Amino acid sequence: MKADAMQRQAVNTERAADAAAGEVVLTVENLSLDFRLRTEILHAVRNVSFQLRRGQTLCLVGESGSGKSVTARALLRILDKNGAITSGRILLAGKTGAIDIAPLTERSPELLKIRGGRIGLIFQEPMSSLSPVHTIGSQITEALRLHRRMDKKQARAETIELLRQVEIPNPDTAIDRYTFEFSGGMRQRAMIAMALAADPEILIADEPTTALDVTTQAEILDLIKRLQVSRGMAMLLITHDMGVVAEVADTVAVMHYGRIVETGSTDAIFYDPKHAYTRSLLRSTVKLEQNQRSYAAAAPVATAPAPVLSLRNLSKTYGASTGWLGGNSNPIRAVDAVSFDLYPGENLGIVGESGSGKTTLGRLILRTVEPSSGTITYFGQDKPVEVTGLSKHELKSFHRDVRLVFQDPFASLNPRMTVKQVIGDPLVVSGKAKGAALEQRVAELLELVGLDPMAMERYPHAFSGGQRQRIGIARALALDPRILIADEATAALDVSIRAQILDLLLDIQKRLELSFIFISHDISVVRYFCDRVAVMHRGKLVEMGTAEQICTDPKEPYTRSLISAVPNPDPRNKRMLHRTRFSV
Amino acid sequence: MTDHVFIDEAPEAGPATTALNTGKPVQTAVAGPWQLVWAKFSRNKVAVASGVIILMLFLVGLFAEFLAPTLPDMSRPQFTNAPPQELRLFATQADGSQQFQLHVTGYTMSVDLASLRRSYVIDENQVVPVGFLVKGAPYKLWGLFALDTHLFGPLNPGDTMYLLGTDKLGRDLLSRLIHGTRISMSIGLIGVGISLLLGVALGAVSGFYGGWVDMVVQRIIEVISSMPTIPLWLGLAAAIPLTWSPLSVYFIITLIVSLFGWTGLAREVRGRFFALRSEDFVTAARLDGSSERRLIFRHILPSLTSHILAVVTLALPTMIVAETALSFLGIGLKAPIVSWGVLLQEAQNVRTIANAPWLLIWPSGAVVLTVLAYNFLGDGLRDAADPYES
Repeated sequence: MKADAMQRQAVNTERAADAAAGEVVLTVENLSLDFRLRTEILHAVRNVSFQLRRGQTLCLVGESGSGKSVTARALLRILDKNGAITSGRILLAGKTGAIDIAPLTERSPELLKIRGGRIGLIFQEPMSSLSPVHTIGSQITEALRLHRRMDKKQARAETIELLRQVEIPNPDTAIDRYTFEFSGGMRQRAMIAMALAADPEILIADEPTTALDVTTQAEILDLIKRLQVSRGMAMLLITHDMGVVAEVADTVAVMHYGRIVETGSTDAIFYDPKHAYTRSLLRSTVKLEQNQRSYAAAAPVATAPAPVLSLRNLSKTYGASTGWLGGNSNPIRAVDAVSFDLYPGENLGIVGESGSGKTTLGRLILRTVEPSSGTITYFGQDKPVEVTGLSKHELKSFHRDVRLVFQDPFASLNPRMTVKQVIGDPLVVSGKAKGAALEQRVAELLELVGLDPMAMERYPHAFSGGQRQRIGIARALALDPRILIADEATAALDVSIRAQILDLLLDIQKRLELSFIFISHDISVVRYFCDRVAVMHRGKLVEMGTAEQICTDPKEPYTRSLISAVPNPDPRNKRMLHRTRFSV
Repeated sequence: MTDHVFIDEAPEAGPATTALNTGKPVQTAVAGPWQLVWAKFSRNKVAVASGVIILMLFLVGLFAEFLAPTLPDMSRPQFTNAPPQELRLFATQADGSQQFQLHVTGYTMSVDLASLRRSYVIDENQVVPVGFLVKGAPYKLWGLFALDTHLFGPLNPGDTMYLLGTDKLGRDLLSRLIHGTRISMSIGLIGVGISLLLGVALGAVSGFYGGWVDMVVQRIIEVISSMPTIPLWLGLAAAIPLTWSPLSVYFIITLIVSLFGWTGLAREVRGRFFALRSEDFVTAARLDGSSERRLIFRHILPSLTSHILAVVTLALPTMIVAETALSFLGIGLKAPIVSWGVLLQEAQNVRTIANAPWLLIWPSGAVVLTVLAYNFLGDGLRDAADPYES
């Protein structure tokens, strides 16, 4: 019944879009871009063609390096110096006929009029695209005065109106605020207001929500979609997230290594993908929507009542100084009385938005950040160990059993060491292996994580992000740990690589008796990977339950709003249209 | 609505590229950090040329006795303030034919009796044949090997050859400049060596531990860098007993210069340590059980060495300039030690500059060349220091 209603709604929106969709505003024909690198010419974009229609959204989707961002930048001719359009036309429809943007000279009046005037752009990172030394208002007013020739008073009134439209509270006062006084979501709203200032016909949004939390993302996408429909703009949305595509796109173009491999209506792309790459992309996305563990390993929780790690009222408070400078009356409780048990062979997910304290919690368990209060009990080989009371030396043996997998595969490997040295380091330090034995162990570990053992003499820069993450996992496994704490271990990876790494971890877990604490902001990853999920909000553990229960039937209002904000990679079942909002 | 179109091909395995023809491809997969630094550095031609110049200056300093045509303090009173002689290739023989003979021409000197000023006129007839690897004034190479062969000089040891002219005591400027290279180049090295030791040690401790250690070190640095250097040097140099040998004075001067030169390096190292301390790979090494010593020496310092090298290269010319300035003011090195600063000291008055401009041009030219070369080299090293940044 519910599904029926959703489908009807989806059909309705499609019809409305159809009616409004008329003319083509922008046509890109056989666009090719080359980048001159030091040793080679990179054909970043090859023969790309698409059309933007009034009132419709085209999603350009692809993984990193697919050329989707440079395509968008080419439309505004803001490519880096070493890039150039080698062929193709970019036709912008106008009253007096179409203008071809591709051959316009840099800084020509036509081009300046188009940039920000007829085509608005929203970047991924609002902090770096807004000036930190000007007020929000002055930046928008500038655009208004430049493109719409308003006087100061008019421009200010219009700016307030724009800020109201993008739903910034108290626009009369917000106009005189600086960027740093705004949260990430607010900044992105201000950025949108700026892009809309000149009343553009086309809006290009380059990963507009990638840097934002999932609930903020839902709000921003909502907002963009509504503004687009009400203003009848054409939108080019660039994203790597198939969920976002399903929620907002009318038409989808899938890019892979510089080519659009498939174009079609959202429904066609999701339900009848033709190209092998589209299919694999969808497969890895949809795969993450199911729980891999629910049928495979729900058992150990029931049969093994003895936990391997036990947290009781663990807290970390910042700013409550007890020193002679006097205490702070407003201490920040980064982690607030968190208690849970981790069982052997179990995958425990910890989800939350940025600032919820989930990363700090992981660091507290390892004591790289010292807890303010509470206990961590580790049930190791012989007797239980109280981790908070360990000396520096005793902590080392705890760190051998409980290992960390990092988020950033580029920062977590020392670039000046070979793979053998990186993976072998914990073995050398603990004195477990030397010489030929070390080499053999490293080769074993490399094989375990699916890398060629011959690669051990190479340096990390020779590997891709996914391969580096495998090296990081091999290092974590080197000392036969019992618990792995994975802190956003897949957040920096493309979706297909993400699925591979998760499968690798699950596979390794099957072979070695491991427990995982999987910290992530990505609900779908947690759902795929974990037995139980703990939801954190402002330092507190809000709700804990099996992955299935948290994802399908959350009890707490915060969890409900969080889960309902996750974009669903199914255009016939848009989740965000009827999500639950949570207000404090 | 949009038609559903797709490319009916298998997905490609990688991005499309066209290789540019730039010589041999560099195999970077197994290239260590220094290879990458070198690859990046060698693309900067000016820096490489500067490096070659610096290297040659060091070689000159190293083999000064052999390279100099004569001894730096051998004076001939009859040739005071003699102008540079020109090196010529062909000499007129007795039978009037031109024949290849490397030679310089002699002078005829006349004294203006009213002003007692000497003036030299080139005498075309007086041919002083010169050649390579000639016997000349005996010397001890590095104070060890007694030799008398010079790379270049007059064939007859009694003859004179002043390619860059002489000073007011009739000493060969070229020989003095070559011997001065040894002192001026090495004073920078020793000075920076001490600065390096102090700077890296204190900077590392300060950056790694932070907290009150950092606080103390930083305040010391601030106090030291707040002192006006020239009066301080003056005071300290004045305090050196006159009875000390020139060599001990030389070391003391080096020490003084370097005791104030380490602060910049310490700050640089501290900043890098601060940044690296919180890098993921350092945290990873800490969790691997590495001791603090291993963290510093195995993980953090190797990431710094190329940066330190660049900073040191940029610090060397300041040392050279400092020595030159001190010696010029008469409070640094003193005769009989020869350095570029000591040579410049002789070019302090207008009369010298008017009568014997070569006494100013060549030593200051050497200082300028060295300082510029160091700066270009240091800039190149700094740009190449981190081959991993995108």
